[in-house]
Amino acid sequence: MRLDCPMCGSRDRREFYYQGDAVMLARPAVDAGEAAWDSYLHLRDNPAGQTRELWQHEAGCGAWLVVTRDTVTHAVSAVELASDVKRAMA
Amino acid sequence: MRVAGKGLVDRSDTVTFSFDGRSYDGFAGDTVASALLANDVRLMGRSFKYHRPRGVLTAGSEEPNALVTVGRGAASEPNVRATVQEIYDGLQVRSQNAWPSLDFDIMAVNNLVSPFLGAGFYYKTFMWPRKFWERVYEPVIRRAAGLGGLSGAHNPDSYERAFAFCDVLVIGAGPAGLMAALTAARGGADVILADEDALMGGRLNAETYEINGKLGHVWVAEVVDELAEMDNVRLMSRTTVTGAYDHGTFGALERVGHHHGRRDEGAPLECFWRIVAKHSILTGGALERPIAFQNNDRPGIMTAAAVRAYLNRWGVSPGKALTIFGNNDDAHRTALDLAEAGVRIAAVIDSRTDVDIKGDYPVYRGAQVFNTSGGKALESVSIRTINGVEKIQTDCLAMSGGWNPTVHLTCHMNGRPTWRPDIQAFVPSEGAIPGMVAAGACNGTFSTHGCLAEGAQVAGKVLGMLGKKQPDLPLPQAEDAPYRMAPLWAIAGKGRAWLDFQNDVSVKDIKQAAVENFRSVEHMKRYTTQGMATDQGKNSNVGALAVLADATGRGIPETGTTTFRPPYSPVSIAAMGAGAQGKGFAPERFTTSHSASVEAGAPMIEAGLWYRPSYFPKPGEKTWRQSCDREVGYVRKAVGICDVSTLGKIDIQGPDAAALLDFVYTNMFSTLKVGRVRYGLMLREDGTVMDDGTCARLGETHFVMTTTTAAAGAVMKHLEFVAQCLHPEWRVAMTSVTEQWAQFAVAGPKSRDLLNGVLDTPIDNDSWPFMACGDMSVLGVKGRLFRISFSGEHAYEIAVPARYGESLFRELVSRAQGVGGGAYGMEALNVLRIEKGFITHSEIHGRTTAFDVGMAGMISAKKDCIGKVMAGRPGLVAADRERLVGMKPVGAVKLLSAGAHIFAKDAEAVRENDEGYVTSVCFSPEVGTYIGLGFVKNGPERYGEVMRVVDHLRELEVEVEICPPVFFDPEGGRARG
Repeated sequence: MRLDCPMCGSRDRREFYYQGDAVMLARPAVDAGEAAWDSYLHLRDNPAGQTRELWQHEAGCGAWLVVTRDTVTHAVSAVELASDVKRAMA
Repeated sequence: MRVAGKGLVDRSDTVTFSFDGRSYDGFAGDTVASALLANDVRLMGRSFKYHRPRGVLTAGSEEPNALVTVGRGAASEPNVRATVQEIYDGLQVRSQNAWPSLDFDIMAVNNLVSPFLGAGFYYKTFMWPRKFWERVYEPVIRRAAGLGGLSGAHNPDSYERAFAFCDVLVIGAGPAGLMAALTAARGGADVILADEDALMGGRLNAETYEINGKLGHVWVAEVVDELAEMDNVRLMSRTTVTGAYDHGTFGALERVGHHHGRRDEGAPLECFWRIVAKHSILTGGALERPIAFQNNDRPGIMTAAAVRAYLNRWGVSPGKALTIFGNNDDAHRTALDLAEAGVRIAAVIDSRTDVDIKGDYPVYRGAQVFNTSGGKALESVSIRTINGVEKIQTDCLAMSGGWNPTVHLTCHMNGRPTWRPDIQAFVPSEGAIPGMVAAGACNGTFSTHGCLAEGAQVAGKVLGMLGKKQPDLPLPQAEDAPYRMAPLWAIAGKGRAWLDFQNDVSVKDIKQAAVENFRSVEHMKRYTTQGMATDQGKNSNVGALAVLADATGRGIPETGTTTFRPPYSPVSIAAMGAGAQGKGFAPERFTTSHSASVEAGAPMIEAGLWYRPSYFPKPGEKTWRQSCDREVGYVRKAVGICDVSTLGKIDIQGPDAAALLDFVYTNMFSTLKVGRVRYGLMLREDGTVMDDGTCARLGETHFVMTTTTAAAGAVMKHLEFVAQCLHPEWRVAMTSVTEQWAQFAVAGPKSRDLLNGVLDTPIDNDSWPFMACGDMSVLGVKGRLFRISFSGEHAYEIAVPARYGESLFRELVSRAQGVGGGAYGMEALNVLRIEKGFITHSEIHGRTTAFDVGMAGMISAKKDCIGKVMAGRPGLVAADRERLVGMKPVGAVKLLSAGAHIFAKDAEAVRENDEGYVTSVCFSPEVGTYIGLGFVKNGPERYGEVMRVVDHLRELEVEVEICPPVFFDPEGGRARG
């Protein structure tokens, strides 16, 4: 498996650390309530198809990445800097 | 026997090797199989289950029978295919799975009792009594059935792993592969051509086809020479592409050292490659399939293509009077080649009636071989024709049931092959592996012309996708005979007709599986073991499928195939794990004081990847406790030195550095003054404690955070996550400086006096009070000084650039020894912190909260922080949670053990009554007894209560009094003084 790090280019997956669903970018407010926090921390979809997930280029530049990947074909359609994605959410 | 004038072996270069202790001669270029056949040795192995005598079936890596052990002693390697192993002077080869000898194998008795050992026999037979499985049945079965064994000694050979990158990976160097590689290379692409054979060319080396009027192998040599000269081409012979993985990644095993006896030149035995290719062209060829009939497994019976390969490539005839049996035109080439070479042909048998066969030998149309006779070598075959039954004396039978394209790699990413009725075989499905195209025989195109044309065509397509132009390359002239065949899988008849030679699976076994309702191909495989072990059913899968389809009344495509998984052919674990054996399993991290500690005789213990001194023994000390107690005394009474460089050190800078720290720590850091240190607690977002440590403010926008040794990597990752994923608007950057700074604890009442002897500017309590930090200069070297304490004593940590670490450590220890102190290790460090109730990851082990460790008050009410919301959940702040306490033995037994569980004084020590557990224990010289830290329900509310501590594992029971976790100097005056 390979990922195209926006900073470093195409690299072997052994350089990357897998975190989980990219919903972790959307941290609820302190007063968002139990349901929102429960969902943020614990509830994850498990789709057969496109997912957006967080990886870190741990053995490379250290950048956190949002990887759009198809769980059926393993095709990676996008790799973005998590900081860019987060800024765009604001 | 050798055939004059045939073969590509070097007859001027005689090579001597041994097989089962007997010496044989062969020629350079021979495999063990070809050399043994040349010496008329045909019995090369015993089958897995019935120990039937077997010879070679094939001439390639798909060989199921001729598995041998190569080498001696620790370096011996089992299950090597004799058809792949090249011979060299001094090579030692042994047969396997036979005792006492290959010729006389006692376990062949299995063959006589075979009616009881059919498909699934051990599921049915060895059921009861149940306890017999492990002790009786399994050992017996394992000894009776099997492949070769490992030596049991440490593997002395070296292995390597490597990466390679290219535009186009061409897999297989037959006519299609060579043409594809040449086209792609001339078109300017960066090409890797990999082939499992030592000699590139594929079937062209084994046939008498002509290309451009020259023999095939001559054309091959010309193309290979041209490719070898090109800078944009890498030729990888003896390299099997074993797996296709995501995003153009391939695994490949290069056999670097198996073909020579030299082991002392630094070259590895094998190299496992990861090849990353933008495009790949699969030109893996096809494998000929045997035909199932009674006793089709006697030594001397092999595939027709193997017979041609032995004749044309190695100049060997596997017999003196050969018979050919097939269902297709291609099989007849065997007879033509043999006749041309002057080898006697006993008969040619074609199952088809409507074929035109010319030849100066007996020909039977519409006939079938249905049985054979002979013991350890074939003597005759029995055939059935329209005129009746006939026996033909022959010592070698060449059989051909048609060809199976090697679709394996195209199935590695879940793709299923497509059935092509016209060739009665599976071919790769398009797009099964992104970026891969198949060409030639592995794509069902069998003529030489077809292979060359398709190779050139797909390479042209790939060049187009790479944005390169297809070169003007004329297509060489070659034969273009159609591939005509009629399906023929199994010959009706009694007895056992073998499908899977390696696993001794017969037609009857497959039918039995169907009868017992193992009708799915995957179930059938597991019930019969069809297609398992080293050859993975390369010869037999399609045949077995056809038999199953027939037995279940379905067609072959409806029956489907089993799943082909990597690797294509066996890969040693040693190659895949190259570099990870022994010390390579985990890198070692050494502190700058490592050699000084080792010189002092300190046993080094692992802390993550780091190695730290456990204690520093002195002459006369008989136990580690004596050393530990002495070192604790250094710190409590004089001064001790300890290397604390392994703690994670993270340099954090930027205008928003303080904001980041406020967010990741539960307590405030924005209020910390420059030149001061603060203890901080870090939570995970779910409210449990992640890590703790100190953080020093060196400047308005500059902090240095320390983490525990074990959590350094996780904390770094966490900080980056917060900075990049949650608050990219913050202007803050961080980097690990753990290895850049050597840092030593200088702890004890005499610490300041010692430091003032080495600091260029002396300090006092006003200039450097408790929790002060800053730059300083030590013996002329610029460094940092932190007044922090993990022992409860007046203590400092002094940091210098790592290159000065060793000399500073030696200097500090020497000065400490001069005032009644010295170096202390991990054991003493642990005692010192337990006496003070300071927590480590024994306490913050991933299930405890700030509330549990008595630090709920450290979660600031004035700000948000990671974990704050979830830490406030009712269940995480309930009084009856297991909370941190101290404990002292009060009964007759004075020993404590970590991991023991805590029960009420009179309660039975069973799980239902569990009230907590012990996390850390030590003998405290200060208290004069063992003391412990642990967690008990309602914790601090139970101070003074006597409880029962039971260690079920060590069978230890102790009465303890629950007490506050701080055993020494609870007011903390000693650290401040």
